[in-house]
Amino acid sequence: MDISGRRKNETAYAKPGPARRFLKQWDIQLMALPAMLFVFVFSYIPMYGVLTAFQDYSLFRGFLGSPWVGFKHFEAFFHAPVFWDVMRNTLVISSLKLLIGFPAPILLALMLNEVRSRIFKRTVQTISYLPHFLSWVIVAGFVSSLLSTDNGSLNLLLQKLNWIEEPINFLSMPEYFWSILVATGVWKEIGFASIVYLAAIAGVDPHLYEAASIDGAGKPRQMFSITLPSIVPVVVVFLILAIGNLLNAGFEDILLLASNPILRDVSDVIDTYVYRIGIENSRYSYATAAGLFKAVISVGLLAGANYWARRSGNSLW
Amino acid sequence: MKLSTGDRVFVAAIYIALAIVGFTAFYPFWNAAVVSFNSGADTLKGGITFWPRAFTLENYRVVFEDARLIDGFVISILRTLVGTACSIAATAVFAYGMTKKELIGRKAYMVACIVTMYFSGGLIPSYLLIRELGLMNSFWVMVVPGLISVWNMIVFRTFFAGLPAGLEESAKIDGCSNWGILVRIVLPLSGPVLATLSLFTAVYHWNDWFAPSIYITNADLLPIQTKLQQILNSNIMHEQLAQMDSSASSHMGRMRSVTTKSLSMATMMVATVPILCVYPFVQKYFVKGVLIGSLKE
Repeated sequence: MDISGRRKNETAYAKPGPARRFLKQWDIQLMALPAMLFVFVFSYIPMYGVLTAFQDYSLFRGFLGSPWVGFKHFEAFFHAPVFWDVMRNTLVISSLKLLIGFPAPILLALMLNEVRSRIFKRTVQTISYLPHFLSWVIVAGFVSSLLSTDNGSLNLLLQKLNWIEEPINFLSMPEYFWSILVATGVWKEIGFASIVYLAAIAGVDPHLYEAASIDGAGKPRQMFSITLPSIVPVVVVFLILAIGNLLNAGFEDILLLASNPILRDVSDVIDTYVYRIGIENSRYSYATAAGLFKAVISVGLLAGANYWARRSGNSLW
Repeated sequence: MKLSTGDRVFVAAIYIALAIVGFTAFYPFWNAAVVSFNSGADTLKGGITFWPRAFTLENYRVVFEDARLIDGFVISILRTLVGTACSIAATAVFAYGMTKKELIGRKAYMVACIVTMYFSGGLIPSYLLIRELGLMNSFWVMVVPGLISVWNMIVFRTFFAGLPAGLEESAKIDGCSNWGILVRIVLPLSGPVLATLSLFTAVYHWNDWFAPSIYITNADLLPIQTKLQQILNSNIMHEQLAQMDSSASSHMGRMRSVTTKSLSMATMMVATVPILCVYPFVQKYFVKGVLIGSLKE
């Protein structure tokens, strides 16, 4: 069969069977296959593992031996007393982050673009990139130190201005938590996130500015009528990604900044809830169900945002 | 070109706003450093902002005399070195394989990789997998799961594909194998991308406190960031101070000047220094690295 096949097709001698071809390129397969095995084990097995959400998982029986229970854990999650609190916190925190944290680096990039002094620009950039490289543990340490009642700089400042008499313990008061969380997030990422926007701005044709200034447009006018519209495509791509991430309200930051249980009513989001219930209380199946619920909604949001973007001509895929 | 009055006000406002941004970005760091160099007892009186009032190195001496903190630093350094080297090597090899057009299954591999960028099993299934693999409480749990980074693979692949094809062809004619080409030609030409991705990977390893906090219970294996988190979150430091007080009663007078706050600030500074050291050298690379990544997006 093989021989007759070869005779029929003259080019076939350069193309032996797939198994042969595979063996012949063992050297490059050796580069790719072990890595793919890794991806399979550490990414695909957990994806399959979300089926735990439909089980009563027990550590002793393992994934294969645990009984199936259908949607029991999902129902339990939806009827849990904290469900609406967790959903509200997730949506409020991520909306605040989107509303304030998303435009902030764009504004920073627009402002940096107006700076003519190179030393000044570089200094501000270098300083503002730095927090991105610090761990959340360190950042949370900074925040709790600045806000503490014992030599906390914010309390010192407010006292000096005579706005308050006694130092306020900001990190144990639920009404301040959302502001602190959002401000910390902006502080950490504003500089680094501005890099892409600065790069997009650098690509704007300088002749546009010349023409505009001849037409009598001042600096603010140029910023809003030339710079900003030029970077809209980049902004839209990042906005789609941000909307797809709407249920990722934060994790490490909330875990570390809301270490005081008093804050739980305003700090618990789906991810931290999953962590607390799953890892700390070992209710694996229930926590997986809560996590899967979040993942399903996130995919829906991403698809929706992309549909909206495609209609405006800036699709992600 | 002369600026109009309105423009001048506008530009001046921008300079002021940026100066405020710069100050706000820098102050928390500066203040923590100042507190770490100030006597703990003195800090309790308040008013420490821009400059230490009672300068001391005592806080740092206590940090460097604490065997548990030193262990934490050693684990962090080991983890960062081993984790970065293994991950960059494995990912670069993978990426080079993926540049080969004749690689059977290349498309399927790529799709399988990209899917993992959008979907994941989530925290609990990953945790259960690590448990069932028996990686709990082992040093390797900090290295192995992150060995292959799909994101880095794509950045590497893009960079490799941009190298002049002629170099590879002539090496092949000279009888060089694919592995030989990778080691002798491709990698030596990939300095910038290696530097950028190594930096990002090393920073990730140095900063990661969460994975050890759920996978490792043996305190001897915890990296400094996780130990720091535990210190900041609880009263471990008080306990520790009490222990050290009793074990070294001759140092009682000295210990009194050190507080939980001054000690944790000093630990935080020590945990930040490695990042401050590499940061200026690679800054020129990472801007480029971020752009490679986002263009691929």
